[in-house]
Amino acid sequence: MDKIQIGEFIKSLDSDLEIKGGKQFTEVTVPPSKLHSLASQLREKEETSFDFLICITGVDYGHDLGIVYHIRSTKYGHTIVLKSRTADRENPVFDSVTDIWSGADLHEREAFDLLGIKFANHPDLRRLFLNSAWGFPLRKDYIDDDIITW
Amino acid sequence: MEEKVKDTTTEEKQEYSINIGPQHPSTHGVMRLVVSLQGEVVQKVEPHIGYIHRGIEKMCESLTYPQIIHLTDRMDYLSAHVNNEAVCLAVEKALEIEIPDRVKVIRTIMSELTRIQSHELFWASYGMDLGGQTCYFYGLRDREMVLDIFEETTGGRMLVSYNCPGGVMNDLHPNFQKRVKEFLIHFRKVLPEYDSILTGNVIFHQRTKGIGPLSLEDAIAYGVTGPSARASGLSCDVRKHEPYSAYDRIKFNEVLYTEGDAYYRYLARMEEMRESMGIIDQLIDNIPEGPYVVKMKPVIRLPEGEYFQRVETPRGELDVFIISDGNKTPYRIKFRTPNFGNLSVFSHLVKGFKIADLISIFGSLDFVIPDIDR
Repeated sequence: MDKIQIGEFIKSLDSDLEIKGGKQFTEVTVPPSKLHSLASQLREKEETSFDFLICITGVDYGHDLGIVYHIRSTKYGHTIVLKSRTADRENPVFDSVTDIWSGADLHEREAFDLLGIKFANHPDLRRLFLNSAWGFPLRKDYIDDDIITW
Repeated sequence: MEEKVKDTTTEEKQEYSINIGPQHPSTHGVMRLVVSLQGEVVQKVEPHIGYIHRGIEKMCESLTYPQIIHLTDRMDYLSAHVNNEAVCLAVEKALEIEIPDRVKVIRTIMSELTRIQSHELFWASYGMDLGGQTCYFYGLRDREMVLDIFEETTGGRMLVSYNCPGGVMNDLHPNFQKRVKEFLIHFRKVLPEYDSILTGNVIFHQRTKGIGPLSLEDAIAYGVTGPSARASGLSCDVRKHEPYSAYDRIKFNEVLYTEGDAYYRYLARMEEMRESMGIIDQLIDNIPEGPYVVKMKPVIRLPEGEYFQRVETPRGELDVFIISDGNKTPYRIKFRTPNFGNLSVFSHLVKGFKIADLISIFGSLDFVIPDIDR
């Protein structure tokens, strides 16, 4: 399917979603509550079969914390971008997609490690690179006293 | 008396764990594996990473795009040129710059030379992991020739930093074509030698055949890319699916197998070296004349938006995802590195195999640790 067809297909699944035809991919903005069900439908449905999770990117948008999923179909070769945001900076929680794509495990742990985004139902959510005393360095309000500025 | 007997049986069944690394020759870098064993059989492996985490994504947020390129060298140091190319292609795509043909061809030849030297080092170190010390010397000896070619043109041997947005840093050295051809002649001679040392070796077969088989379904579910996935039959070569640089005008085969065990992961890399030589053959005599770089503005600002670029490194798919807010530094940059994706399948692959096979499986996935940690 091309970008427009994917957009229409998602519209038929859930008409409330905000769909944008980006330059490269179809971009869908999903509220955190609907994220897991949409992801599993995209994975299971024959027409889309998005079976390959490319990456999960945590983003600090300043006020909101967000998460971006790039997902591809190895069968059809098309790609989709799912985006979700939450305004809760103290306790940002998204549903884990490890039960849909096994490879999401490390990607989610990385987002937790660097941005403090939590994933509900993740089997083993621990810091990945840093120890637990560190802050969350990829947040925009992260302050490192030792940082060298020039 | 009865109690004593009971105790020993429970002891036998008890799992115990072994710590491998972070400093261990077979991990090819700083990675720690906590292995749970029952007898000699691996029950669970837990990779602990982060020993060489430098926060490259964080650093990039305060660096300009031409500066970022030099950091990408340090991710997968064996495919430095391809990493550079990924960022350059993303920036060029964002600015909608048309790149001269000469640059495209130079980049493609350099990428393939990078692939050959990386797979040579894989062959060398994999042989050594499994007890073939000769491989290491032979592999490094021949890899030296590629590094010399790099040094002559770029000034760097491993961390070349040869790409820049809009082209390459400087023109090819006048000796370049001659030396590449010399290397190809030499390499075509030694590759059968490699095969007779390792590929046909009975001990090597026993250490790799049927060890750590990866099914196509698992390769997809765990996000495995590169030769490791192609050995399981997953067609994922970015050079074929989404050609960049000069890959759209050359003929080459995507190396695909279906068995997916350690032996076929090895074979896929050996075969890829031959394909890479074929690619260089097609291009080396037809490097178009013209400028080697497009004049860019002194300060590069990407328009607001999101940019995604895929490239095929020797180890798999590298994706660069840039979110720009219109400044000269990226708002957020994400590197989806091939080794990070491939690592997630490792614990799954080794389950049920003996601890000696763990080294074999680890080697066959060809990890470069700084690429995982970034």
